[in-house]
Amino acid sequence: MVANIGTLPRPLAPTGVWAWMTTVDHKKIGVLYGVTAFFFFLLGGLEALFMRVQLATADADIISAGTFNSLFTMHGTTMVFMVVMPAGAAFFNFLIPLMIGARDVAFPRLNALSYWVFLFGALLMNFSFFMNAFPDIGWFGYAPLTAIEYTTSNATDYWVLGLQIMGIGTLAAGFNFVVTILNLRAPGMTLMRMPVFVWMTLIVAFLIIFAFPPLTIALTFLLFDRLFDTNFFLNIGAGSDPLLWQHLFWVFGHPEVYILILPAMGIVSDVLPTFSRKPLFGYSTIVFAGVVIAFLGFGVWAHHMLTTGLGPWANAAFAGTTMTIAIPTGVKIFNWLATLYGGQLHFKTPMLFALGFISMFMLGGLSGMMHAVVPVDTQHQDTYFVVAHFHYVLFGGSIFGLMAGLYYWFPKMTGRMMSESLGKLHFWLMLIGFNLTFMPMHILGVLGMPRRIYTYSEGQGWEALNLLVSFGAVIIALSILVLIINIARSVRQGEIAGDNPWDAATLEWSIPSPPPHYNFAVVPTVRSQYPLWDEEANAVAPPPLPAHEEPQMPSPSYWPIVIAFAITMVGGGLLVWQAHAIAGLTIISSMGLLGMRGIYGWVFEPLEVEEAVHVHH
Amino acid sequence: MQYLTDVSAHRTSTGLNNRKLLMWAFLGSDVLFFGTLIATHLVYRGKSVSGPAEAILDIPVTSVSTFVLLMSSLAMVLALAAVQKGDISRGRFWLAATALLGMGFIGFQMFEFTEFAHEGLTPRTNLFGSTFLIMTGFHGAHVTVGILWLWSLFFASFNGKVRQDNSLDVEIAGLYWHFVDIVWIVIFGVVYLIGAYGVEETVHAGVGTLSALG
Repeated sequence: MVANIGTLPRPLAPTGVWAWMTTVDHKKIGVLYGVTAFFFFLLGGLEALFMRVQLATADADIISAGTFNSLFTMHGTTMVFMVVMPAGAAFFNFLIPLMIGARDVAFPRLNALSYWVFLFGALLMNFSFFMNAFPDIGWFGYAPLTAIEYTTSNATDYWVLGLQIMGIGTLAAGFNFVVTILNLRAPGMTLMRMPVFVWMTLIVAFLIIFAFPPLTIALTFLLFDRLFDTNFFLNIGAGSDPLLWQHLFWVFGHPEVYILILPAMGIVSDVLPTFSRKPLFGYSTIVFAGVVIAFLGFGVWAHHMLTTGLGPWANAAFAGTTMTIAIPTGVKIFNWLATLYGGQLHFKTPMLFALGFISMFMLGGLSGMMHAVVPVDTQHQDTYFVVAHFHYVLFGGSIFGLMAGLYYWFPKMTGRMMSESLGKLHFWLMLIGFNLTFMPMHILGVLGMPRRIYTYSEGQGWEALNLLVSFGAVIIALSILVLIINIARSVRQGEIAGDNPWDAATLEWSIPSPPPHYNFAVVPTVRSQYPLWDEEANAVAPPPLPAHEEPQMPSPSYWPIVIAFAITMVGGGLLVWQAHAIAGLTIISSMGLLGMRGIYGWVFEPLEVEEAVHVHH
Repeated sequence: MQYLTDVSAHRTSTGLNNRKLLMWAFLGSDVLFFGTLIATHLVYRGKSVSGPAEAILDIPVTSVSTFVLLMSSLAMVLALAAVQKGDISRGRFWLAATALLGMGFIGFQMFEFTEFAHEGLTPRTNLFGSTFLIMTGFHGAHVTVGILWLWSLFFASFNGKVRQDNSLDVEIAGLYWHFVDIVWIVIFGVVYLIGAYGVEETVHAGVGTLSALG
């Protein structure tokens, strides 16, 4: 008996487009996140390349000032919200249940909703390109530039609504992974036995649920200011303070930085032991350093505002908290180095990227400490030095860490190895290209080149360095081309990986690659931090598998994508409403009703359909 | 939820139910939503340059509506207690009572907003109008979601979907409802009382009330 609550039959086919659209399997959702993030990575990279073409020479006239504004706005917004965050989500979706010995996340349909809301929000924001309204206000959208008086097109509305809708998906994912990690651990998987990546994901999930609300409210204020003429940021006559936006944005924005970097730190903490053939040095200090970073991350937001005139006391306080963050970060770096010390180092591609992460991230961290010194920051504010700094942490840090994770877990995800020679070529091209691109920016910044200018005149000593930067960007693009070739070839022709190609220690390597849809035939019992290594060392044979039936897993559902569509179209309706009130209200109300219908369909739909109709793989 | 584990259908690592933990995580996050709204209101307190501001607040009327909302929390407790004892018809009665009291509160809020509009206060008027009306409107939206939830449980109870063995459904709705109530207590204290009387007088009155009580 099919428990068919919805209007359409429950989609149960295991393959095909419909299966992907209705999947609730955390591994498939992880792959969807990964592919989407990679697509936006190429898009955001293309935007960067256009900027570097324009800036390669002085007084260039290839791209107009307005287009340039849109390019740096969308490059930043894309890389933060549509690349690094979903790439992190790809890893934690795919890996967390495998690492803690669970069969799925706590709320599989909510997980699907997170992905679809993220995708539709990202598409809505980028759709603005075709409406000739590409956002052009910078990725942090400072007031009062965002006022309707100054940005009259609805580009800013696309930006606000896109971020708002993506934020819903992010929050839902945050709740889901807090519950999953706290509640779904296999017997014996105590908190202090969890792989560091799981710990960092738990911390990121908490950061998300506490840091996103201020952004959501700030965006709501901005939307109300623009659509309904309220006075939060813009109406100077009413006494509004545009600095309020900066406070609210950075109360979100600085924890966000740790949302971007902690997953990479987790990946590296799991890659290093595998390729050093020894346990992570100072596991508990690395974990607690992550927790401390997250706490301190809420107390440093005003270091983004040291030049706004908060006064010496506030500046000193925020400089102090910012410097304090260097302590837990340094703790992590020394622990990673101590993990390498005395190990049998195997320089496979994931290891190279992990080492690249440590060194490049450290450089970014050091220039960050320079910004904590208020007089220095006053000089650096809005120059290329800042651009250099945050690319060292977000590219040299996050992207290098994510690449380490990609090469490390690709065999688990696809069942095939990636090419080592192409991987090493990718690594060296990327490392060289990265440093050619971003190292000269430090000097350009100190020489006084402001960020976000669309061109510059000759004779200021900036030409050679800018050409070098643009040349480096081309090398990065080449390295990505090598990566694409590597992925495309390895997916089809890569060497068969087997369960545990790296001889790694954590639970995800105890099951086949790619894992069966139910992950674990028998839920494992965990007795140490490195279960697979310890069993080998003690020569403990794994217990014989008891006879079991294939576990019943949650069935696919189309409600997540329906609700995500309704949420996004309510946002779309607001955009239509600006031009045609009736049409807009019709869209908003009909999509609101569809969303309500979706919620009731979701609530009363059983998680699993009856065994009799369950499709076996 | 067999997929979670082979060991036992409802085992979780912390012993807490997944959905209950999800609700707690959501409420933790919601604290920051309201915190941001209330903080914005306080930052802009007394900075409106024109139009009606704090003096417009009607403390006696709002005290009544606050009492109505508090009583809805009592009804919610009684609803859960009845369902946990398996007395579904009594539980149904108190669910309806909770929802009706919530609707009463929303009625007061609509009256308040209409009155303010008549006196010339809208979200466009000044800083007070923007921050106060968006904040309390956001709270009203929370109450409205709660009312829809309660009526959904009420009608589901006629189909045998509210039972003693899944009283957790009612408990989670109750967690949400009580939280929304608590937020209102904060708004009533920090925004209404301090807004109308100032910090010193509010604290003074509070201390006076406490010492009169004993």
